Amino acid sequence: MSGSILRLDDVHTDIGQYRVLHGVTLDVPEGGVYVLLGRNGAGKTTTLRTIMGLWRARAGAIVFRHRDITALHTADIARLGIAYVPENMGIFGGLTVEENMRLASATSRFDRTRLGRIQDLFPAIRQFWDKPAWSLSGGQKQMLAISRAIIEPRDLILIDEPTKGLAPSIIRAMIEAFREIARDTTILLVEQNFLFASSLGQGVSVIDDGRIVHDGDMAALAADEALQTRLLSLSMAAHQ
Amino acid sequence: MTDTAAERDLPSTAACARPTAGGVALFSVIAVIGLLLLFAPFVFSDVRSTQVAARICVFVVLAASYDLLIGYTGIVSFAHTMFFGMGAYGAAMGLKFGGADWGHLLLGSVGGVLAAAVLAVLIGLLSLRVKALFFAMVTLAAGSVMMVLASQLTSLTGGEDGLVYSTPRLFKPAMKLVTNADGEAARLFGVPLDGRLALYYFVFIVCLVVFVLLARIVRSPLGTVLEAIRENELRAEAIGYRVVAYRTAVFVIAAVAAAVAGVVWAVWLRYTGPDTTLSFDIMIDILLMVVIGGMGTMYGAIIGVVVMSLAQSYLKDLMSAAAGATSGVPILPHLLDPDRWPLWLGLLFILLVLFFPAGIAGTLMKKGSRS
Repeated sequence: MSGSILRLDDVHTDIGQYRVLHGVTLDVPEGGVYVLLGRNGAGKTTTLRTIMGLWRARAGAIVFRHRDITALHTADIARLGIAYVPENMGIFGGLTVEENMRLASATSRFDRTRLGRIQDLFPAIRQFWDKPAWSLSGGQKQMLAISRAIIEPRDLILIDEPTKGLAPSIIRAMIEAFREIARDTTILLVEQNFLFASSLGQGVSVIDDGRIVHDGDMAALAADEALQTRLLSLSMAAHQ
Repeated sequence: MTDTAAERDLPSTAACARPTAGGVALFSVIAVIGLLLLFAPFVFSDVRSTQVAARICVFVVLAASYDLLIGYTGIVSFAHTMFFGMGAYGAAMGLKFGGADWGHLLLGSVGGVLAAAVLAVLIGLLSLRVKALFFAMVTLAAGSVMMVLASQLTSLTGGEDGLVYSTPRLFKPAMKLVTNADGEAARLFGVPLDGRLALYYFVFIVCLVVFVLLARIVRSPLGTVLEAIRENELRAEAIGYRVVAYRTAVFVIAAVAAAVAGVVWAVWLRYTGPDTTLSFDIMIDILLMVVIGGMGTMYGAIIGVVVMSLAQSYLKDLMSAAAGATSGVPILPHLLDPDRWPLWLGLLFILLVLFFPAGIAGTLMKKGSRS
């Protein structure tokens, strides 16, 4: 791992009258998978949406590759090379798989090598290429959402709970796919499935009540059940 | 942000990818309508039928451009007749105050279309950031202001009486396109080759070109982006699309198409007034045409316009004949009185919505679909 690709500095976010993030400070190193863990309602999704500009930070700064993106428009943030895979897939059901992919492609023609690699990672993308996206299963929709995020080279991919509601066999396939993707892209992964997260992540932050309460190595957290219980009220054993 | 039943109802490009049995039937009907419109002056000898055919041509463009807004991008606008009126008044003023020649027709038309485009940019940039309901209200207000202006600026617009003018010589009924040995207009299949024929084909060709351009837009990458925006604008933003910019662009394209339709309508009628272009009744008609045809289908505009235009033009005649035929039956002749035609039109609309929930084209395209 080298320097930081993304830094959140004391970020506060309100949603309506509710204060959700109370000063999140996060340093995502370049390369590999960095995991943001936390209980339900801790502020994980809000953190990702704030990075993307989908919710505006009330205070604090978000710096991507030494550039302050706090006030940038969502579309401009995306164009800087940050892809976002929201919770519950975020695909366009009314469009075909191909059209979903084409939306995220910078040019009218796909990079065939890159597309071939994606289709090898997720064979369903090749199989259902001309099918409407709504007709895909939950796992296939998630694969489409991730494929769309990587059809162009990205510096950073924000992925929100990709395993939610998926069968174990699909989750295993997804672990392999994420390892492959993380070879040339940084992934900031929000997860509740600790086993999945710990098998992928190198670094980890734990968020609770809108604040980062722990930063460190994933391997150290995975090995320390007492720390897991204290931070997440869970242990590896409970998820095995 | 999960997929919903509503998403499954979207008559999208995906649904159109492989022709269904219903789709084949739909396109067969559209082909027949296209052929009838192409040969309307030869098929229908009476003036009224040609008038209905020309109205269908103009309103297909108007409804298709409105479908681009409401059906493909999810923009609800009540200012579409305003742009239609701007094109019509532009052409009308050019012909009235400049003279009945091509130069002034072109000048007035370009002026009207440009004014519509500029106003659409302003309304779009200022208002498309707000929620759909507020945008609809803004367009309603803009349309009302334009209606008041058209009524009040009498010296320019002719006020409530509107403007009556002549068209270029080519379109005058006395114009002979081809003469026979007697110096009369030659006839083709019994139809005189005169200015009226030239005028009809002017309307037909301009409308066909604009419709084809609109249809190409929705089949282009831009069309895919518009469908994505309609489905979920935040997702589209997160991929890198500036939703306001795209919506404004579409609003301008639809406004320009409506203004061109207005130009054609003004030339066809040789009269432009608030009732023929800016009226809220026309706005409601366009909305009904798009809903009946099927939102987000583009070709549905053709079906919707044909159904509405035929109903509006011939329902009274049909009811009059039915009332006469049932004169001996109690109550029925009263119900079928031609004056009650809006009641039956309303009933027809309710039945269409019940049996074709996604519009006629939208429902037909899904018939026989296996996906």
